[in-house]
Amino acid sequence: MGRRRLASALTLGSMMSMAVTMMAEAVPAAAQGVAPPGATACSGCHGPVAPGAAIAPLHGRPSEEIVAAMQDFRTGQRPATVMDRIAKGFTDEETRAIASWLSQQP
Amino acid sequence: MSQALTRRTILKTAAIGAAAATFSRRTAAQTPPKVVVVGGGFGGATCARELKRRGLAVTLVEASAIYTACPFSNAVLAGLRPIEAQQFKLDAVEKGGVDIAQKMATGVDPQTRRVALEDGSSLDYDRLVLSPGVDIRFDALPGYDEAAAAIMPHAWKAGEQTLLLRRQLEAMDDGGTFVMAAPGNPFRCPPGPYERASLIAHYLKTHKPRSKLLILDAKDSFSKQRLFQAAWQDFYPDMIEWVSLSTGGKVIEVDAKTKTLVTDFGRHTGDVVNVIPPQRAGRIAQVAGVADRSGWCPIDPVTFESRLQPNIHVIGDASIAGGMPKSAFSANAQGKVCAAAIASLLRGEGPTEPKLINTCYSLVAPDYGISVAGVYSPRNGVLTDVEGAGGTSPVNAPPSFRAQEAVYAEAWFQTTTSEVYG
Ligand SMILES: Cc1cc2nc3c(=O)[nH]c(=O)nc-3n(C[C@H](O)[C@H](O)[C@H](O)COP(=O)(O)OP(=O)(O)OC[C@H]3O[C@@H](n4cnc5c(N)ncnc54)[C@H](O)[C@@H]3O)c2cc1C
Repeated sequence: MGRRRLASALTLGSMMSMAVTMMAEAVPAAAQGVAPPGATACSGCHGPVAPGAAIAPLHGRPSEEIVAAMQDFRTGQRPATVMDRIAKGFTDEETRAIASWLSQQP
Repeated sequence: MSQALTRRTILKTAAIGAAAATFSRRTAAQTPPKVVVVGGGFGGATCARELKRRGLAVTLVEASAIYTACPFSNAVLAGLRPIEAQQFKLDAVEKGGVDIAQKMATGVDPQTRRVALEDGSSLDYDRLVLSPGVDIRFDALPGYDEAAAAIMPHAWKAGEQTLLLRRQLEAMDDGGTFVMAAPGNPFRCPPGPYERASLIAHYLKTHKPRSKLLILDAKDSFSKQRLFQAAWQDFYPDMIEWVSLSTGGKVIEVDAKTKTLVTDFGRHTGDVVNVIPPQRAGRIAQVAGVADRSGWCPIDPVTFESRLQPNIHVIGDASIAGGMPKSAFSANAQGKVCAAAIASLLRGEGPTEPKLINTCYSLVAPDYGISVAGVYSPRNGVLTDVEGAGGTSPVNAPPSFRAQEAVYAEAWFQTTTSEVYG
């Protein structure tokens, strides 16, 4: 499969999906409550805010911060023990949706 | 924060409204749809809580008052952790609005949608979730029955069995031999036997350094094998011997009286013998007719609904979850996905295709952790590894990396158990 072509297609697609996300943020809560694919698995390790937690909490974190971290994990720019292996399982679009959902969780 | 809370409240109200609306279409009575969950382990307790959050009426049927978690029970065997650190109650789950029936479920009638309980009472359901974990197959290995398990413990369900094996290890003389029989695939926690061997070797090295550890395996390869074997070389050279299937490792019979394991090639007697026997889905899955001839339960990978019985979902170790290993992490992730799917189905909507994650940590020594991870999505009706993702920790990594993974292992346990029980 042409990974590079797929990647550039995704960049375009993800800009569109960002627009969709922004719209969704403005309107009803219902859609935001539905966790996008993969999102609920994060809390297996990333718990709610707890002081001194060894693993960073994600709920309520800014969406862009999560997206950037996932991109850096995927490219290897940010060192990781396991997140590099997990980040590679999600497309940019999926990552954005997950990040947006996480950022809205209490 | 308050904004998020408001959103959540709105959401919750909307969800309840939607569920109620669907139901009033279905029947005249204004009661919300009812979900029964059998099994209050990692899969079932997660799912029950998540269903409740979605505004459904949930009853969780769990036979024991106290749940003893298996992850980290190998550290209990090695004397590194008290069993109390493994034990959890369902009080917080109940406080969250889940009805708890502390009873054994003994029957399921898929036609009338009714679960029978040990005391003769019953529970009606619109949807049933089974997360009964595994049953030890006492019919699979000649000589290994329940009486034999009191002499050669399996310790593959944490609790009394764990403590029994721990006592045996403590009583063993320096220079003794610990023998383990490891099962063929599939079974609960694929890296578990090798983590156990590692931590027991750690205990022996520290307290009884002249002792030996023998693993008789019904497989030719195992989870995180390269990492385990490299670490064994470094930490426990000449202490652990692993005998693979093709070199005669498969145990075909046991003799409890003499603590002997029999293979095609010979007999191995140990001072302490741990038999990890073949397993199958918990009995209630067989009773409900959701297990196939393999003993495990085929499911739809989007909803975890049984392929054999409608309206019954199977999650956790009991399910055939494709590439996902039978782990607490998997069971927890599946519990959340299954709850979301059930909520959608009860609203009359199609569930969305899920994506799931698993991460399993193993300790080779107290400050040396390794992991295997995977990302999964349905493909051709099976939960399949997403290509390019997942895999094990690197083979060449500095001690600081291993130490970090050991810290993350503990952090995972704390986070997950507080999500499930806290
Ligand atoms: C030594 C060992 C180490 C492990 N380490 C890890 C690890 O590090 N990480 C990891 O992710 N996983 C680990 N696991 C695997 C993990 O324990 C299981 O995958 C997990 O417990 C599966 O959850 P479950 O909900 O399917 O079943 P369980 O957790 O077994 O829960 C099933 C529950 O159902 C109840 N039940 C069953 N039948 C009935 C009935 N008829 N009526 C009422 N109640 C019933 C039982 O009492 C039990 O409480 C380990 C396992 C072992 C043995």
